[in-house]
Amino acid sequence: MGLIARHLEIAGISTMSMTSALDITRAVKPPRAAFLDFPLGHTTGRPGEPELQDAIVRAALNGLETISEPGTILTLPFVWPEGEGWKSSPVAPAAARLDWPQYQTDTDRQAASNHALDRCQLCAR
Amino acid sequence: MNEPAAYIAATRELYASLGYGSYQWVESGTQVPLTPLRQPLSASRLALIASGGIYCRGHLPFHFKDDTSYRLIPHSVATADLRTAHFAYDQTDARIDPNCVFPIDPLRRLERARSIGELAPFALTFMGGIYSSRRVREELAPRILHEMQRMEVDVALLVPV
Repeated sequence: MGLIARHLEIAGISTMSMTSALDITRAVKPPRAAFLDFPLGHTTGRPGEPELQDAIVRAALNGLETISEPGTILTLPFVWPEGEGWKSSPVAPAAARLDWPQYQTDTDRQAASNHALDRCQLCAR
Repeated sequence: MNEPAAYIAATRELYASLGYGSYQWVESGTQVPLTPLRQPLSASRLALIASGGIYCRGHLPFHFKDDTSYRLIPHSVATADLRTAHFAYDQTDARIDPNCVFPIDPLRRLERARSIGELAPFALTFMGGIYSSRRVREELAPRILHEMQRMEVDVALLVPV
């Protein structure tokens, strides 16, 4: 994602990159970043906690107006309440690299069965 | 701050377990581009770009083998219609509440509060974990830029997983 941020920024679009992975972000160097020390899959917060999600997004976007040094990484002040045990194995076991669409549920597959993929303006570019 | 998790090491192990070669992480040079905001955020058009494999019910999900396609999701989407398909993170919480990786509701609230000028008509999503940084640079990034320019976006919020 950092590569995409850099590509957009060179073309004149301002970006703010959220990140859960400080070592990756330090290597890729996006123009502006906000580090949230939460487990993968929680880049902008915890489920069912809209006030926390709002505070995270607001704090990150604030960096658009305060950061002047390229490559600055803000550290957001929010703390994962269940401690740091998740850090011992931060990456989940990967699913098989299947090369056909991976529907979340069979109902979703049925919902898409009449989907005119070749004419869809939103999918699969 | 406590010690951050070691993702580069963990990702190298992950790719080795999948039978890929030794993974060389992108290391950017010291030159970092920066475009200052042209006007305050409260007067800017913002787009959400997220790589957690988010798709919309009724549409085509991602596949798990270096899928470099993307989806456009209307910013007016019903949150309950959002789904995820990603090979490399625990999606349990994101499937309970997509705002964990696709903060559409916070952004809509910020727009209503006039903290953001307006949201662009579409958010853009793809599935991160694309092995080849060359394909990201040469295939995906230019297409994403084109979509942002088409929507005349001033600011993008990037949410990886």
